[in-house]
Amino acid sequence: MGEDAESPKINHTFLRDYVTEADVISTVEFNQTGDLLATGDKGGRVVIFQRETELKGESEEAGEVGDSGEYNVYSTFQSHEPDFDYLKSLEIEEKINKIRWLPQQNAAHFLLSTNDKTVKLWKVSERDKRPEGYNLKDEEGRIKDVSTITSLRVPVLKPTDLMVEVRPRRVFANGHTYHINSISVNSDGETYLSADDLRINMWHLDITDRSFNIVDIKPANMEDLTEVITAAEFHPHHCHLFVYSSSKGTLRLCDMRASALCDKHTKLFEEPEDPGSRSFFSEIISSVSDVKFSHSGRYLLTRDYLTAKVWDLNMDKGPVETYQVHEYLRSKLCSLYENDCIFDKFECVWNSSDSVIMTGAYNSFFRMFDRETGRGVTLEAWRENSKPRAVLRTRRVYTGGKRRRGDVGVDSLDFTKKILHMAWHPAENIIAIAATNNLYIFQDRVNPDAQTQ
Amino acid sequence: MEVSAEAKRIMVVALGKLYSSRTQRGGLRLHRSLLLTLVMKSARDIYHAAQTTTAEGMEEDREDQQPSEVEMTTETSGTPELQGPASLPLMATDADVQGRTQNQENTCLSGPPHHTRKRRGKATAEPDFLPCKKAKLEYGTAQQLIVTSVLVDYANCSSELGPSPSPIPLQTVIAAC
Repeated sequence: MGEDAESPKINHTFLRDYVTEADVISTVEFNQTGDLLATGDKGGRVVIFQRETELKGESEEAGEVGDSGEYNVYSTFQSHEPDFDYLKSLEIEEKINKIRWLPQQNAAHFLLSTNDKTVKLWKVSERDKRPEGYNLKDEEGRIKDVSTITSLRVPVLKPTDLMVEVRPRRVFANGHTYHINSISVNSDGETYLSADDLRINMWHLDITDRSFNIVDIKPANMEDLTEVITAAEFHPHHCHLFVYSSSKGTLRLCDMRASALCDKHTKLFEEPEDPGSRSFFSEIISSVSDVKFSHSGRYLLTRDYLTAKVWDLNMDKGPVETYQVHEYLRSKLCSLYENDCIFDKFECVWNSSDSVIMTGAYNSFFRMFDRETGRGVTLEAWRENSKPRAVLRTRRVYTGGKRRRGDVGVDSLDFTKKILHMAWHPAENIIAIAATNNLYIFQDRVNPDAQTQ
Repeated sequence: MEVSAEAKRIMVVALGKLYSSRTQRGGLRLHRSLLLTLVMKSARDIYHAAQTTTAEGMEEDREDQQPSEVEMTTETSGTPELQGPASLPLMATDADVQGRTQNQENTCLSGPPHHTRKRRGKATAEPDFLPCKKAKLEYGTAQQLIVTSVLVDYANCSSELGPSPSPIPLQTVIAAC
């Protein structure tokens, strides 16, 4: 894509800016130790990154246990392929909607990946030895002539180049009529849930031909449908509790001990609507796009179009904290509706100590809120504005008052550059931000370990 | 009038989005369709509220012309699914929608043979706001006709929420466009 000297009038910039749709990252997830980071994209591929641990003795000092490792590609595989539902004449997208890691139990790693209809369990294992010295095969694998064998020997394992193998171990198909939006592994280590627009199923990791339906909000008459399930998650410690969010902005906490079918919630979390802020788009912007339990299990973090809210499980009357992510867009809802941005589903994440929450916005901006002070900061994930290892500087959207240098006006925001997917390392201050087809990994060198500040 | 103009625009945009989502890869998204129908509903309600206050005077004059207009437009756009917030997404997830659309496209806007206002079941409910094959030659006018016929249907349909609003004559709706 270099300059063409013979035809200088041809503009090649469109080639540089062209992003293959299939490369757009659609989910990001750290595993439980944070050593592995998985991303899924619209083309159905999963890329796993591994953190390099510095084993060299010179760089290790007291207190520093190789925590400045970078993430490099560990393995890539095609998780889902485009599929077709012949009965409904519908294409099934191969886009990976969610990836969730299983807690590690042996040397291999397991992850669940899902598209709109099918959940798959993948085993990621390393092989760094191979057996050598077969009796019946030679080194290249050709069968030996039996007459040349004069003695027997036991094959020996010899070290070899590291190979990462990824194999599908389970395929959980035909469980969902509608599009799967969430999967969540239970703390019991044996089950997981998958949620679509109207139903939530619980599966056992070893059983693929059966699942339990635990929530069903499909009305008898579809014309009476008023809300859909938008996200669901198991409680991090209590294996009988899970929460699901709806398009109406409500959260429902369900206890599986109460009944087999958890249509009746144990707790309903709902904030009364402010009648003053009612508009054409009130329903759309109140739809919850993501819900996450805090690591402690005490709080819930939700994201709707303009805000991020923290809810206390013990209080269902309303959120305990509300953070304005991009309130300046409230007056622009009509144009955001026309260009479809109002339907964007932003994710939200907790840091490891539950003291900071983070969520994405437009113009490659993402926001972090400190729960103690209530203050938010805007950061940018955009290659052209930052060099590797440079300190991220905070950004600001100009909404009135004194304009500072570097402020971005609301009308100059690029709504095609949206930060929808992100993940926070489970123990350290390392974040992974997906910006279209790029993955940014930021590390906090000042406070690498999560502390309550 | 600004509010009703915005409401109308929102409704038209929602219809366009619902229509184009049928050809989207991956099939119809229930959540998105539900949100669009909710927006259409609230825009319609606000449109009603704005129109009833301003059009009350004109109603009495045009009342006698109404029945025939209602019949003509109802046939083309008897779309009960647009009333319910979810029948549109439901209808789209039915397996036989794709096949029936082809048949419906050939028969819509072909004249008013039956004046039924009977609520069609979900299996036969079709998005009549889609431009049909016959009208494609005059795409621009057909588009406007379909939009206005849908709007009249909104104006005339019985809302699930409460008593039906007073019918708005077709001329007024076209004038608003």
